[in-house]
Amino acid sequence: MVEYRKSTEFIAGARDTLPLLLGTAPFGLIYGTLAVTSGLSWPAAVAMSLVVFAGSAQFIAVSLVAAGAPVAIIVLTTLVVNLRHMLYSATLLPHLKKLKQKWRIPLAFWLTDEVFAVTVSRYRQDDDSPFKHWFQLGASLAMYVNWQFWCLLGLILGSRIPDAGAWGLDFALPVTFIGMTIPFVKDRATVVCVITAGAVSLMTGSLPFKLGLIVAAVAGVLAGLLVDRAVSRRKLLKQAEEES
Amino acid sequence: MTVEEIIMLAGMAAVTFLIRYILLAVADRFSMPPLLERALYYVPPAVLTAILLPAVLLPQGYWDLSLNNAYIFGALAAVAGGVIMRRHTLMASIGWGLAVFFVWRLIF
Repeated sequence: MVEYRKSTEFIAGARDTLPLLLGTAPFGLIYGTLAVTSGLSWPAAVAMSLVVFAGSAQFIAVSLVAAGAPVAIIVLTTLVVNLRHMLYSATLLPHLKKLKQKWRIPLAFWLTDEVFAVTVSRYRQDDDSPFKHWFQLGASLAMYVNWQFWCLLGLILGSRIPDAGAWGLDFALPVTFIGMTIPFVKDRATVVCVITAGAVSLMTGSLPFKLGLIVAAVAGVLAGLLVDRAVSRRKLLKQAEEES
Repeated sequence: MTVEEIIMLAGMAAVTFLIRYILLAVADRFSMPPLLERALYYVPPAVLTAILLPAVLLPQGYWDLSLNNAYIFGALAAVAGGVIMRRHTLMASIGWGLAVFFVWRLIF
């Protein structure tokens, strides 16, 4: 009989995000430098990381500020760019619905791409630890504190950092995301899902506000589901044949 | 901080939080159909791939399928590393990917 502990889950959650902390570092730095040059005030740039906590939305927001876009447009863009997070909360919903609201609210606030990918794997492991939400809390806090640190550093160093794009530091995103994706690819259905999502994302890349992302994700999910159905139907048929 | 900045931050924070929270807020009031629950199984690989693939093949916002695109070769190395070292997928992908990426940049 294994004994589950809150502290073990919490520490494991923080530990499993370690590679992702490095992966997001360049983006915090880039955000900070962009914010400085965008004309956004220092306190506002810091506050954005604290209260919004969404990398790509923050990026786009500071570029819009620099371009002199009206506030309504910036808020609307944020909405569209972050829509994918609704898919995340839908996916975690079966695991989080038994928690009290005082848990759901902070966990929702901290729900980013990275936290989602790390914790959904934990929730799907088939041990029956009652404290898997502590794992998510550990991952969330690690990502949150880490993001604040790198954003702040970017702000401080400001324009003294050479163009991070030219250095290729943005390559941290694809490699960390590849590392996060591989564990989910286990069978024929997930392979088809990934290929479809990838192909559609390339075709819809020109849609504004990352909308192509949503389209691609939905296409990938549907494709995976179709294969899933076909495989299980074939299994059922085979079973029926063997029995008869 | 100007008033305009405060309004912008409040708006951005509100929409971002609501997107992440709204389904969790009402979770008790509906039960998920099994088909939908099955579909959600595919959300993580689908979304992650849709984010990363354009970043590799269109790094500057346009197609780049040349030998100069170190992103492609770094990504291939990341996939290979992650698949071969399945116990430490994340670290392997990051390590192999970055190593090949930077070496590739030096060469080409």
